[in-house]
Formats: sequence, structure tokens, C-alpha cells
Amino acid sequence: MTDDVAREAGHADPPPRMGFFTDTSVCIGCKACEVACKEWNAIPEDGLELTGMSYDNTQGLGASTWRHVAFIEQRVPAAPGGHEDVDVFDAARDLAGSPGGDQVRWLMSSDVCKHCTHAACLDVCPTGSLFRTEFSTVVVQEDICNGCGYCVSACPYGVIERRPDDGRAWKCTLCYDRLGVGMEPACAKACPTDSIQFGPLEELRERAADRVAHLHATGEGDARLYGEDPQDGVGGDGAFFLLLDEPEVYGLPPDPVVTTRDLAGMWRHAAAAAATLAALAAAGFAGRSR
Amino acid sequence: MSEVTRGGPNGGRRRRRGRGERAMVPDAEFASYYGRPVLKRPEWQPLDVAGYLWLGGLAGASSLLAAGADVTARPALARTAKLGSAGAITLSLAALVHDLGRPARFLNMLRVFKPTSPMSVGSWLLAAYAPLTMAAAAADVAGRYRIAGAAATASAAALAPAVATYTAVLICDTAVPSWHEGYREMPFVFAGSAATAAAGWALAAAPPGQTGPARRTAVLGAVLELGAFRLMKRNMGLAAETYDSGRPRGWLRAAEGLTAGGALLAALAHRRGRVCAALAGTALLAGSAALRLGVFHAGVASAEDPRYTVVPQRERLAARSRTGKPEEAG
Repeated sequence: MTDDVAREAGHADPPPRMGFFTDTSVCIGCKACEVACKEWNAIPEDGLELTGMSYDNTQGLGASTWRHVAFIEQRVPAAPGGHEDVDVFDAARDLAGSPGGDQVRWLMSSDVCKHCTHAACLDVCPTGSLFRTEFSTVVVQEDICNGCGYCVSACPYGVIERRPDDGRAWKCTLCYDRLGVGMEPACAKACPTDSIQFGPLEELRERAADRVAHLHATGEGDARLYGEDPQDGVGGDGAFFLLLDEPEVYGLPPDPVVTTRDLAGMWRHAAAAAATLAALAAAGFAGRSR
Repeated sequence: MSEVTRGGPNGGRRRRRGRGERAMVPDAEFASYYGRPVLKRPEWQPLDVAGYLWLGGLAGASSLLAAGADVTARPALARTAKLGSAGAITLSLAALVHDLGRPARFLNMLRVFKPTSPMSVGSWLLAAYAPLTMAAAAADVAGRYRIAGAAATASAAALAPAVATYTAVLICDTAVPSWHEGYREMPFVFAGSAATAAAGWALAAAPPGQTGPARRTAVLGAVLELGAFRLMKRNMGLAAETYDSGRPRGWLRAAEGLTAGGALLAALAHRRGRVCAALAGTALLAGSAALRLGVFHAGVASAEDPRYTVVPQRERLAARSRTGKPEEAG
């Protein structure tokens, strides 16, 4: 089933579809993934800024940031029991002195290119620079890209971007070079808590379903998977997530749809408009002789 | 955990409304990541890409006027329109190349043919169309190779409606809310805008005695453009807001005034002479350009504000959970 993506792209005998399962419930926000990605892929420095909004000074994915750790601080109602046996939560409750019994929680999530089943960037790329690998991932060939920027506007997640001093579009390759020799991507390798898990997508989906069931059983009712559903607007993501809040809280679109899903309708309307224009010009000449 | 404070200090912020801005939909609370956009802002340069859309329309509709003028024996109108389409398409190609991050790799556009990429389809279309317009103009100016010139004019006219309208698909086939959500009407807006631009060029540059068809095309094009644009905004939902606020609003108001005024002047031009026709033509050309700039900036504004990405998607999810089944593709 998940091999079909590579097969449809013309790979005769592809390996299983590979991807990421990012379990944000165990992310500690260490940013080792960001560093490992930059190091391995030799990505240039793209600004050392303090945002003032949180511990997140990376701000978002971009041409020179292929892993981005989001950091969200929330006030939440005190948990109604359930965590008493965990010392760290007792300590946190003692610290939360607000009258409403509020607690602070930190959400951390390492974002990455989703390697969509139906990838808008790949669909709209006019040069064939973006292509589907045998692992069903989506990769830019930098020796082909002419920097038209179409992929940037097409991506429903705001991932791919043009590098200003270079002119070409860049994004996560899911470490295509490492995959080729049987190694796991640098970010997954560096992740100290296994928040970033790499493997065959089928296997990751099973693991993720188990993990959500486990979290629900332990009282974390808001745990949900994001991007794992092959029926969603992009046909499911090759890199999907376990989140503890709504996707938009993490800067992710709640219901992304690949723009090319409507492309047939777009061409039909354009054809009708083209016919209208021709008729309009003909009408202009049909009138009086001057 | 329903009472979570969402998205940090800027999550769920309300937009300050501009002067005279009309709320089409009530402000919705929504969560975001510190108010940061979900989408990347289109990186295209406004002048390059709005100029490309405008010149493509001007060229396409001019080819239609040229063919019509040839058939109805209006040689001066034909020459103006042929020179207009060849010049406009040359400039539009220059704008396209200028906007590339790697202009030297322009020819990579013709490396593959991809029906899923409107830019690829458009590149091939222009690769066929541009030489035809140049051949048509060259044959007309030289006064030789009349049969080849007529064939080039007719072939260019056959491709012209596609040249003038495919640019709507080009910008609508993106994740940019104010472009994508208008994909049904945008081609008609662009068709009308192309007609008014080409008619404007003909009115401004051709002798008034032969511009009857251009005057009628101007009026019909203005009606199509203004009507389709209103329909588009009405059907678009939340993303229509960007067309009515800030910089896009200014451009689009100017577009409306110039196009309507230009069409009106064009309708009267046969009685008022050359100056009136030149004025009408200039207004129509400027109106079409302003429309493209307004549409461009509205799209950019909709990508820069997470509201236009998150709120409609949330509503879609809510509607789906009410009906219990996924929506069909439009």
C-alpha cells in the first residue's frame, strides 16, 4: 500500500516507504535535531536572533532550517489527579501558586517537511527539480532548480523556501544520502529521547497508534496523531506527528489540502474563460463596420 | 483541557480593521503559533509577477484583436495589435526570467512537460506563442511574406485565449488562500482584464477610424472583469477580506475606477476624437495593471496572516464532523 507512491513515480522495485514519526510527548526541546541536521547537511547559518516570544529563536522551517523545535508555554487547569505518583508533577504543582490552581505546561515539537503522499511542491515544480525518491520521500535536486519559487507558494505547510543569497529552493531531504547507504537521518540519530523515530511508514503508523492508546489510557486525552491518515487532504504525510494540542497551536494547518486536488476544476474554468474571451473579441468585431 | 490558553501571547489575536473596512464574516477566535503565518509568503516580486500577469493578458487579447482586424480589413488596428502582442509577450518573458532565483537556468523550464504544473504548461505555451507573435508583427511591418504572416497571426490567435487565462490557474494552483479560493472566477477576471488592456492599447495607439471593435471589446471586457471579480469575492469566504483592506484595497479601487471610467470613455470615444481615445486607452491599460497588482498583494496578505489559513480549515473540519463524511473535491 505505502509502496504505491514510489511505484507510481516510476520506481520499478522500491524499498518500503520510509518516514518520520515525531512523538512530541517525549520531546524535551533540546534542539539536537536542529543542530545535527545543520551539521550533516552543511546548511548555512541563517541568523542568530532572539525572538523574545519563547525559548524558540529558530522561529520556523525555512530554506536553511529543515528541523525546527516549536516551544509553547500554556496555562492549563490543574490536572485532576492521575499524576500523583510522579514526583516531577508534584513539584510542578507546588510551584504553581496561582489561585485558580493553574499549572504551566510546555509543549515542544520538532517540525520537519511532511514528505506528503500528494506533494504540492512536487506537482507544481516546472523543471522536474523536485522528485519522488525510491523511499517515497520528496527531494529537491539543487543542480536543476532554477528558483522559480512556485513550490514555496504551493506548500500547504509553509516548509520549502528560496535561500536569498542562492536563489534556489531548499528543504529537508529526509537525509536521502544517508538513506541510500542504510543509515537513519541525522535528526533521528541525534534525538536523545526517541521523540524522532525513523523507519518504514507502516511500522511507524502501528507504533504511533499504540502510543496514542497508551497516552489515552494514562489520562492524556488530548494526544492525537497528525498527518498519519492516508485519507486526509494530502493523502497522508511521510513525516507525521503525535501532538498534545490542536495542530494550529504548533503552527501546523488543521486541515491541509494539496492545491492540485482542484487542478482539473481550475483548468476547466480557465478553458471556459478562454472561450468567453474569444467570443467576446468576436462580438467586438461582429458589430458595425467602424 | 478545554481551557488552555492558546498559542502564546499572540495566539487568537484579533486583527485591527482598517478604515472603512467591512466585516464579511464575524471575527473568529483561532489559535496560532505566536501569530506567525502557517504558509510561506510568496517570494515573487510584485512588479515581476503582477507585470507578467498583466503583459500576458495584454499580449493574448491583442492577438485576438490582430486576427479580427486582419479578417475585417483594418490594417492599422492589425499592426498596432500585432506590435502590442509581440512587445508585451517579450517584456513578460523578461519579467519571468528576472524573477527567477537562477535566471541563467531559465531553459530548465523546458526540461520536462508537466501537466500538473501550470508553470510548465505556461512555459511550453509561451514557447510556441511568443515566436508566432513576433513572426506576425515582423511580417506586417516588413510588408512581405503575407501568407506566412497571416498563418502566424491566426496561429497566435488560436493560442491567445489560453495565454490570457492560464495565468489565473498559475496563481490559483497554490496554497495561498485569497488566490486558491478564487479559482472558479479568477480566469474570468483575468480574461476580462486582458480584453480591457488590449482594447486600451489599441485605443491609445491606433487611429480612431479603425478602433470600433476595440471600443466594444473594452466595454464587454470591463463588464466581464468587474462582474466576475464581484462574484469571486462573494464566493470566496473569509479570504475575500484581503481584497478589501490595506494596500490591495487601494489598487483594486483604482482598478475599478480606471477600468469602468476607461470603458465609459471608450464608448464615447468615437464622438470625441483622438484625445478622448488616448485617455480611455491609458485608463484601461492602467486599470488592468492595477487589478493584477491588487490581486497579487491580496494573495500575499492572505499568506502572511494565519487567520486565513486556520479559520477556514477549522470550519471545514467542523462541517465535516457535523455531516460525518468527508467533503467532495470542488
